Amino acid sequence: MTAPQGLLLKTFTLIVIMVSVAPLGDMFLGKGMKRIPPMASWAPADVFRFFFSAFTSGTIWLGIGLLLTFFVAYLLVLSWADYSYVLPASSISSLIIALLARFVLHEAITPIRWTGVALICLGVFIVGRTPPRTTEQRSC
Amino acid sequence: MLTGFIFYFLIVVPGTGGEICMSRTMKTVGEVTDFRPGAIARVLGRAMRVPWFWIGITMMAAGFFSLLGLLSLANVSFVFPAASLSYAVGTLGGKLFLGERVTPQRWFGVLLVCVGVTLVFLGKK
Repeated sequence: MTAPQGLLLKTFTLIVIMVSVAPLGDMFLGKGMKRIPPMASWAPADVFRFFFSAFTSGTIWLGIGLLLTFFVAYLLVLSWADYSYVLPASSISSLIIALLARFVLHEAITPIRWTGVALICLGVFIVGRTPPRTTEQRSC
Repeated sequence: MLTGFIFYFLIVVPGTGGEICMSRTMKTVGEVTDFRPGAIARVLGRAMRVPWFWIGITMMAAGFFSLLGLLSLANVSFVFPAASLSYAVGTLGGKLFLGERVTPQRWFGVLLVCVGVTLVFLGKK
């Protein structure tokens, strides 16, 4: 089965938007969450304190804004493309996350983790060579 | 450790189930062909009138809050690749609940993603 060029183009465009915005959102969320104390217990007061700290952080809100952008792009691409295509294809963001973590957050990443990220990228490449849509579709 | 595992389970299972509900919602809405902001807003409005949307949002919210919780316990470069096990669960869900045709090639790609995820786990310091 061969996918039309237009379908491939708009699918890839939205996936590129998704994988560009999501890791940045994740990074800001990660930075924000590192600045708040971990949840001490499952007691309601501790749970409330944890989420109050999270939602009063500007860094976390920036992350949430970027992830909302990701979410809209995600919904749009799901209106025509298979979920089983979009989901693994979007995992290419693992590479971007690892690069951001290494060079922006200065986290240590072991060679075995880099190998894992490389395999994820190879898997995404293989999934990317399958047709994006295998079900009947209607236009809106 | 137990808290981390609970967060991880909630990210993978309800998180993925929520995304499958979202996919069903958008297939109900239909293929988007107009990408002007107003048209996108109307599509989102139509999606919000589909019951699957709200079921999906609820499940994804559970996954999202678990993600916040897990991020407070572990490095960002570990959490997100590790959570990508949900890609395999999602592919199975796409086949079973959305009727998608998952070819052996697509499964192989997903398998590589899963092996990659395992290595990311093993590589945690």
